[in-house]
Amino acid sequence: MKNAVKRKLIQIAAFGFTNSHMTNFVSGKLYTGKWKQFCNPGLNCYSCPAATLACPIGAMQAVAGSMQYNFSFYVVGFLLAVGVLLGRFICGWICPFGLVQELFYKIPSPKFRLPRIFTFVKYGILVVFVVVLPVAATDYMGMGQPAFCQYICPAGTLFGGLPMTATHPELRAATGFLFGLKMTILILTVLACVFIFRFFCKTLCPLGAIYGLLNKISIYHLDVDRHSCIKCGKCAHTCKMDVDPVKTPDSAECIRCGACAAACPRQAIRLGFRLSEPHAAQNGGADSRTEANKLQ
Amino acid sequence: MQPSNKKRILVQCAFLIAAVLMIVHGTGRGEIATVWNKAVNICLECIGLG
Ligand code: SF4
Ligand code: SF4
Repeated sequence: MKNAVKRKLIQIAAFGFTNSHMTNFVSGKLYTGKWKQFCNPGLNCYSCPAATLACPIGAMQAVAGSMQYNFSFYVVGFLLAVGVLLGRFICGWICPFGLVQELFYKIPSPKFRLPRIFTFVKYGILVVFVVVLPVAATDYMGMGQPAFCQYICPAGTLFGGLPMTATHPELRAATGFLFGLKMTILILTVLACVFIFRFFCKTLCPLGAIYGLLNKISIYHLDVDRHSCIKCGKCAHTCKMDVDPVKTPDSAECIRCGACAAACPRQAIRLGFRLSEPHAAQNGGADSRTEANKLQ
Repeated sequence: MQPSNKKRILVQCAFLIAAVLMIVHGTGRGEIATVWNKAVNICLECIGLG
Protein backbone atom coordinates (compact mmCIF):
# COMPACT_ATOMS: atom_id res chain seq x y z
CA MET A 1 0.00 0.00 0.00
CA LYS A 2 1.28 3.47 -0.83
CA ASN A 3 2.64 5.42 2.15
CA ALA A 4 0.27 8.36 1.57
CA VAL A 5 -2.80 6.08 1.56
CA LYS A 6 -1.60 4.16 4.62
CA ARG A 7 -1.05 7.43 6.47
CA LYS A 8 -4.48 8.78 5.57
CA LEU A 9 -6.17 5.54 6.72
CA ILE A 10 -4.31 5.62 10.05
CA GLN A 11 -5.18 9.31 10.52
CA ILE A 12 -8.87 8.54 9.89
CA ALA A 13 -8.79 5.54 12.25
CA ALA A 14 -7.12 7.65 14.98
CA PHE A 15 -9.70 10.40 14.45
CA GLY A 16 -12.51 7.84 14.66
CA PHE A 17 -11.24 6.24 17.85
CA THR A 18 -10.56 9.51 19.64
CA ASN A 19 -13.90 11.00 18.52
CA SER A 20 -16.16 7.98 18.67
CA HIS A 21 -19.17 9.63 20.36
CA MET A 22 -20.54 11.30 17.23
CA THR A 23 -24.19 11.11 18.34
CA ASN A 24 -23.31 13.56 21.13
CA PHE A 25 -23.12 16.27 18.46
CA VAL A 26 -26.92 16.08 18.29
CA SER A 27 -27.58 16.04 22.04
CA GLY A 28 -24.76 18.49 22.89
CA LYS A 29 -23.61 16.26 25.75
CA LEU A 30 -20.03 15.30 26.56
CA TYR A 31 -18.77 11.75 26.97
CA THR A 32 -18.11 11.30 30.71
CA GLY A 33 -16.64 7.79 30.93
CA LYS A 34 -13.36 6.46 32.30
CA TRP A 35 -11.37 7.06 29.09
CA LYS A 36 -11.51 10.79 29.80
CA GLN A 37 -8.86 10.38 32.51
CA PHE A 38 -6.32 9.54 29.80
CA CYS A 39 -4.77 12.06 27.46
CA ASN A 40 -4.98 11.98 23.69
CA PRO A 41 -1.42 12.09 22.26
CA GLY A 42 -2.71 14.62 19.68
CA LEU A 43 -4.61 17.88 20.02
CA ASN A 44 -8.31 17.13 20.58
CA CYS A 45 -10.52 19.43 22.66
CA TYR A 46 -12.16 17.62 25.59
CA SER A 47 -15.18 19.87 25.22
CA CYS A 48 -15.84 18.35 21.81
CA PRO A 49 -19.03 16.26 22.28
CA ALA A 50 -17.47 13.33 20.38
CA ALA A 51 -14.15 13.30 22.27
CA THR A 52 -13.15 10.07 24.00
CA LEU A 53 -9.96 11.32 25.67
CA ALA A 54 -8.66 14.44 27.43
CA CYS A 55 -6.70 17.09 25.54
CA PRO A 56 -3.09 17.02 26.84
CA ILE A 57 -2.57 20.78 26.49
CA GLY A 58 -5.88 21.52 28.23
CA ALA A 59 -5.14 18.94 30.94
CA MET A 60 -1.67 20.33 31.57
CA GLN A 61 -3.08 23.83 32.14
CA ALA A 62 -6.02 22.54 34.17
CA VAL A 63 -3.78 20.71 36.66
CA ALA A 64 -1.22 23.55 36.86
CA GLY A 65 -3.98 26.11 37.35
CA SER A 66 -5.85 24.11 40.01
CA MET A 67 -5.73 24.97 43.70
CA GLN A 68 -3.79 21.83 44.69
CA TYR A 69 -1.01 21.78 42.10
CA ASN A 70 1.30 24.07 40.12
CA PHE A 71 2.63 21.47 37.71
CA SER A 72 1.26 18.32 36.13
CA PHE A 73 3.68 15.43 36.49
CA TYR A 74 1.06 13.10 35.02
CA VAL A 75 0.54 15.01 31.77
CA VAL A 76 4.16 16.14 31.29
CA GLY A 77 5.34 12.57 31.98
CA PHE A 78 2.86 11.25 29.42
CA LEU A 79 3.98 13.75 26.76
CA LEU A 80 7.63 13.05 27.51
CA ALA A 81 7.11 9.30 27.09
CA VAL A 82 5.12 9.66 23.86
CA GLY A 83 7.54 12.29 22.52
CA VAL A 84 10.68 10.24 23.24
CA LEU A 85 9.14 7.17 21.62
CA LEU A 86 7.51 8.82 18.58
CA GLY A 87 8.33 12.54 18.36
CA ARG A 88 6.23 14.35 15.75
CA PHE A 89 5.13 11.05 14.22
CA ILE A 90 2.07 11.82 16.37
CA CYS A 91 1.49 15.01 14.34
CA GLY A 92 1.85 13.26 11.02
CA TRP A 93 -0.16 10.13 11.72
CA ILE A 94 -2.35 10.44 14.83
CA CYS A 95 -3.37 14.01 15.64
CA PRO A 96 -7.04 14.74 14.74
CA PHE A 97 -6.45 18.45 14.23
CA GLY A 98 -3.54 17.65 11.91
CA LEU A 99 -5.91 15.64 9.70
CA VAL A 100 -8.48 18.45 9.71
CA GLN A 101 -5.85 20.95 8.56
CA GLU A 102 -4.77 18.65 5.76
CA LEU A 103 -8.37 18.48 4.57
CA PHE A 104 -8.57 22.30 4.48
CA TYR A 105 -5.34 22.32 2.45
CA LYS A 106 -7.04 20.13 -0.18
CA ILE A 107 -9.31 23.07 -1.12
CA PRO A 108 -7.99 24.21 -4.54
CA SER A 109 -6.10 27.50 -4.20
CA PRO A 110 -2.60 28.95 -4.67
CA LYS A 111 -0.22 27.36 -2.14
CA PHE A 112 2.54 29.17 -0.25
CA ARG A 113 5.56 28.34 1.88
CA LEU A 114 5.91 29.98 5.28
CA PRO A 115 9.03 31.98 6.22
CA ARG A 116 10.94 29.90 8.79
CA ILE A 117 10.89 32.65 11.41
CA PHE A 118 7.16 32.05 12.06
CA THR A 119 7.84 28.46 13.17
CA PHE A 120 9.40 29.82 16.36
CA VAL A 121 6.15 31.48 17.49
CA LYS A 122 4.81 28.18 18.85
CA TYR A 123 7.63 27.97 21.43
CA GLY A 124 6.65 31.40 22.76
CA ILE A 125 3.01 30.28 22.96
CA LEU A 126 4.01 27.11 24.83
CA VAL A 127 6.02 29.05 27.42
CA VAL A 128 3.71 32.04 27.90
CA PHE A 129 0.19 30.62 27.49
CA VAL A 130 0.59 26.99 28.56
CA VAL A 131 3.35 27.05 31.19
CA VAL A 132 3.53 30.52 32.76
CA LEU A 133 0.09 32.19 32.65
CA PRO A 134 -1.97 29.30 34.18
CA VAL A 135 0.36 29.34 37.21
CA ALA A 136 1.25 33.04 37.42
CA ALA A 137 -2.10 34.74 36.69
CA THR A 138 -4.15 33.34 39.56
CA ASP A 139 -7.23 34.65 41.35
CA TYR A 140 -7.67 35.16 45.12
CA MET A 141 -8.26 31.40 45.55
CA GLY A 142 -5.01 30.53 43.80
CA MET A 143 -6.70 29.25 40.65
CA GLY A 144 -5.30 30.04 37.22
CA GLN A 145 -6.97 30.02 33.83
CA PRO A 146 -5.99 27.77 30.90
CA ALA A 147 -4.74 30.75 28.88
CA PHE A 148 -4.05 28.88 25.63
CA CYS A 149 -7.59 27.42 25.60
CA GLN A 150 -9.09 30.74 26.63
CA TYR A 151 -7.43 33.10 24.16
CA ILE A 152 -6.08 31.03 21.25
CA CYS A 153 -7.02 27.39 20.63
CA PRO A 154 -8.92 27.19 17.31
CA ALA A 155 -9.42 23.41 17.80
CA GLY A 156 -11.47 24.18 20.92
CA THR A 157 -13.56 26.75 19.07
CA LEU A 158 -14.16 24.46 16.10
CA PHE A 159 -14.91 21.21 17.92
CA GLY A 160 -16.08 22.52 21.30
CA GLY A 161 -17.35 26.08 20.89
CA LEU A 162 -19.38 25.74 17.71
CA PRO A 163 -21.22 22.46 18.50
CA MET A 164 -21.84 23.43 22.12
CA THR A 165 -23.24 26.90 21.33
CA ALA A 166 -25.30 25.39 18.50
CA THR A 167 -26.99 22.89 20.84
CA HIS A 168 -27.23 25.00 24.05
CA PRO A 169 -29.23 28.26 23.78
CA GLU A 170 -28.05 29.33 27.27
CA LEU A 171 -24.40 29.08 26.15
CA ARG A 172 -25.21 30.94 22.95
CA ALA A 173 -26.71 33.74 25.02
CA ALA A 174 -23.48 34.01 27.02
CA THR A 175 -21.19 34.58 24.03
CA GLY A 176 -19.30 37.86 24.02
CA PHE A 177 -15.89 39.39 23.36
CA LEU A 178 -13.88 36.21 24.04
CA PHE A 179 -16.05 34.15 21.72
CA GLY A 180 -15.60 36.79 19.01
CA LEU A 181 -11.84 36.77 19.52
CA LYS A 182 -11.65 32.99 19.32
CA MET A 183 -13.92 32.87 16.26
CA THR A 184 -11.66 35.41 14.54
CA ILE A 185 -8.59 33.27 15.32
CA LEU A 186 -10.43 30.18 14.05
CA ILE A 187 -11.47 31.83 10.77
CA LEU A 188 -7.95 33.21 10.17
CA THR A 189 -6.41 29.81 10.99
CA VAL A 190 -8.75 27.94 8.61
CA LEU A 191 -8.06 30.45 5.84
CA ALA A 192 -4.30 30.20 6.41
CA CYS A 193 -4.54 26.37 6.35
CA VAL A 194 -6.12 26.51 2.88
CA PHE A 195 -3.05 28.35 1.53
CA ILE A 196 -0.26 27.03 3.79
CA PHE A 197 0.13 23.34 4.67
CA ARG A 198 -0.67 22.82 8.39
CA PHE A 199 -0.36 26.53 9.23
CA PHE A 200 -1.47 25.91 12.84
CA CYS A 201 1.03 23.06 13.38
CA LYS A 202 3.87 25.15 11.99
CA THR A 203 3.20 28.36 13.87
CA LEU A 204 0.84 28.05 16.83
CA CYS A 205 0.59 24.54 18.29
CA PRO A 206 2.22 24.15 21.73
CA LEU A 207 1.94 20.36 21.45
CA GLY A 208 3.80 20.45 18.16
CA ALA A 209 6.45 22.55 19.92
CA ILE A 210 6.90 19.88 22.63
CA TYR A 211 7.06 16.97 20.16
CA GLY A 212 9.30 19.04 17.87
CA LEU A 213 11.88 19.46 20.62
CA LEU A 214 11.67 15.72 21.37
CA ASN A 215 12.07 14.93 17.63
CA LYS A 216 15.79 15.55 18.21
CA ILE A 217 16.09 12.44 20.37
CA SER A 218 13.01 10.34 19.55
CA ILE A 219 13.45 6.59 19.05
CA TYR A 220 11.24 6.68 15.94
CA HIS A 221 13.31 8.80 13.61
CA LEU A 222 14.37 9.54 10.08
CA ASP A 223 17.81 8.91 8.74
CA VAL A 224 19.50 9.31 5.42
CA ASP A 225 21.91 6.81 3.92
CA ARG A 226 24.68 9.15 2.78
CA HIS A 227 26.16 6.41 0.60
CA SER A 228 23.00 6.16 -1.49
CA CYS A 229 21.96 9.85 -1.44
CA ILE A 230 22.83 11.65 -4.67
CA LYS A 231 21.76 15.08 -3.40
CA CYS A 232 19.11 15.50 -6.08
CA GLY A 233 16.98 17.56 -3.68
CA LYS A 234 13.71 15.76 -4.47
CA CYS A 235 13.05 15.08 -0.78
CA ALA A 236 13.36 18.73 0.24
CA HIS A 237 11.25 19.78 -2.73
CA THR A 238 8.50 17.30 -1.76
CA CYS A 239 8.37 18.19 1.93
CA LYS A 240 5.32 20.31 2.74
CA MET A 241 6.74 21.05 6.19
CA ASP A 242 9.65 22.86 4.48
CA VAL A 243 12.28 20.48 5.87
CA ASP A 244 15.41 19.35 4.04
CA PRO A 245 15.74 15.85 5.52
CA VAL A 246 19.28 15.43 4.19
CA LYS A 247 20.49 18.51 6.08
CA THR A 248 18.28 18.19 9.18
CA PRO A 249 16.85 14.67 9.61
CA ASP A 250 15.95 15.51 13.22
CA SER A 251 14.28 18.83 12.37
CA ALA A 252 11.64 19.97 14.88
CA GLU A 253 9.33 20.60 11.93
CA CYS A 254 9.43 17.05 10.49
CA ILE A 255 6.13 15.27 11.12
CA ARG A 256 7.55 11.92 9.92
CA CYS A 257 4.94 11.72 7.16
CA GLY A 258 7.30 9.78 4.89
CA ALA A 259 6.59 11.82 1.73
CA CYS A 260 10.31 12.46 1.26
CA ALA A 261 11.16 8.76 1.58
CA ALA A 262 8.52 7.93 -1.06
CA ALA A 263 9.94 10.62 -3.39
CA CYS A 264 13.58 9.54 -3.08
CA PRO A 265 14.75 7.81 -6.29
CA ARG A 266 17.50 5.94 -4.37
CA GLN A 267 15.50 4.82 -1.31
CA ALA A 268 18.09 6.65 0.79
CA ILE A 269 15.61 7.91 3.41
CA ARG A 270 14.37 5.55 6.08
CA LEU A 271 11.91 6.09 8.90
CA GLY A 272 11.53 3.71 11.78
CA PHE A 273 12.38 2.63 15.32
CA ARG A 274 16.10 2.26 15.36
CA LEU A 275 18.77 2.27 18.00
CA SER A 276 21.56 1.62 15.48
CA GLU A 277 23.90 4.44 14.54
CA PRO A 278 22.79 6.88 11.83
CA HIS A 279 24.52 6.34 8.48
CA ALA A 280 27.89 8.04 8.40
CA ALA A 281 28.35 10.91 5.92
CA GLN A 282 31.31 9.57 4.05
CA ASN A 283 30.40 9.21 0.42
CA GLY A 284 28.67 12.40 -0.65
CA GLY A 285 31.31 13.45 -3.19
CA ALA A 286 32.02 12.98 -6.87
CA ASP A 287 30.03 9.73 -7.28
CA SER A 288 26.81 11.24 -6.02
CA ARG A 289 27.04 14.24 -8.24
CA THR A 290 27.54 12.01 -11.26
CA GLU A 291 24.42 10.06 -10.30
CA ALA A 292 22.47 13.29 -9.84
CA ASN A 293 23.47 14.42 -13.30
CA LYS A 294 22.40 11.08 -14.75
CA LEU A 295 18.96 11.44 -13.22
CA GLN A 296 18.38 14.99 -14.44
CA MET B 1 28.76 1.92 18.42
CA GLN B 2 29.54 5.59 17.72
CA PRO B 3 29.88 7.83 20.81
CA SER B 4 27.14 10.25 19.66
CA ASN B 5 24.77 7.32 19.20
CA LYS B 6 25.58 5.98 22.65
CA LYS B 7 24.81 9.41 24.09
CA ARG B 8 21.51 9.51 22.21
CA ILE B 9 20.46 6.14 23.63
CA LEU B 10 21.44 7.23 27.13
CA VAL B 11 19.37 10.41 26.80
CA GLN B 12 16.40 8.40 25.47
CA CYS B 13 16.61 5.97 28.42
CA ALA B 14 16.98 8.81 30.95
CA PHE B 15 13.96 10.65 29.51
CA LEU B 16 11.85 7.49 29.44
CA ILE B 17 12.69 6.67 33.05
CA ALA B 18 11.96 10.28 34.05
CA ALA B 19 8.64 10.08 32.16
CA VAL B 20 7.58 6.89 33.96
CA LEU B 21 8.53 8.34 37.35
CA MET B 22 6.57 11.51 36.60
CA ILE B 23 3.47 9.55 35.56
CA VAL B 24 3.68 7.40 38.71
CA HIS B 25 4.17 10.47 40.92
CA GLY B 26 1.38 12.43 39.23
CA THR B 27 -1.01 9.50 39.45
CA GLY B 28 -0.07 8.88 43.09
CA ARG B 29 -0.91 12.43 44.16
CA GLY B 30 -4.30 12.36 42.44
CA GLU B 31 -3.78 14.42 39.29
CA ILE B 32 -5.87 11.99 37.25
CA ALA B 33 -9.01 13.03 39.14
CA THR B 34 -8.33 16.68 38.25
CA VAL B 35 -7.86 15.78 34.58
CA TRP B 36 -11.03 13.65 34.49
CA ASN B 37 -13.06 16.30 36.29
CA LYS B 38 -12.00 18.99 33.83
CA ALA B 39 -12.54 16.71 30.81
CA VAL B 40 -16.09 15.56 31.62
CA ASN B 41 -17.48 19.05 32.27
CA ILE B 42 -17.91 21.75 29.63
CA CYS B 43 -14.73 23.83 29.67
CA LEU B 44 -15.98 27.42 29.29
CA GLU B 45 -12.51 28.66 28.34
CA CYS B 46 -12.20 26.08 25.55
CA ILE B 47 -15.53 26.98 23.98
CA GLY B 48 -14.85 30.71 24.16
CA LEU B 49 -17.04 31.77 27.08
CA GLY B 50 -14.62 31.70 30.02
S1 SF4 C 1 1.36 20.41 15.69
FE1 SF4 C 1 -0.36 20.25 17.11
S2 SF4 C 1 -2.22 20.32 15.89
FE2 SF4 C 1 -0.48 19.93 14.52
S3 SF4 C 1 -0.46 17.73 14.34
FE3 SF4 C 1 0.99 18.25 15.97
S4 SF4 C 1 -0.21 18.16 17.88
FE4 SF4 C 1 -1.66 18.20 16.16
S1 SF4 D 1 11.17 15.62 6.06
FE1 SF4 D 1 10.08 13.92 5.06
S2 SF4 D 1 9.02 12.84 6.73
FE2 SF4 D 1 9.62 14.87 7.51
S3 SF4 D 1 7.81 16.18 7.15
FE3 SF4 D 1 9.18 16.42 5.38
S4 SF4 D 1 8.44 14.92 3.86
FE4 SF4 D 1 7.54 14.35 5.87
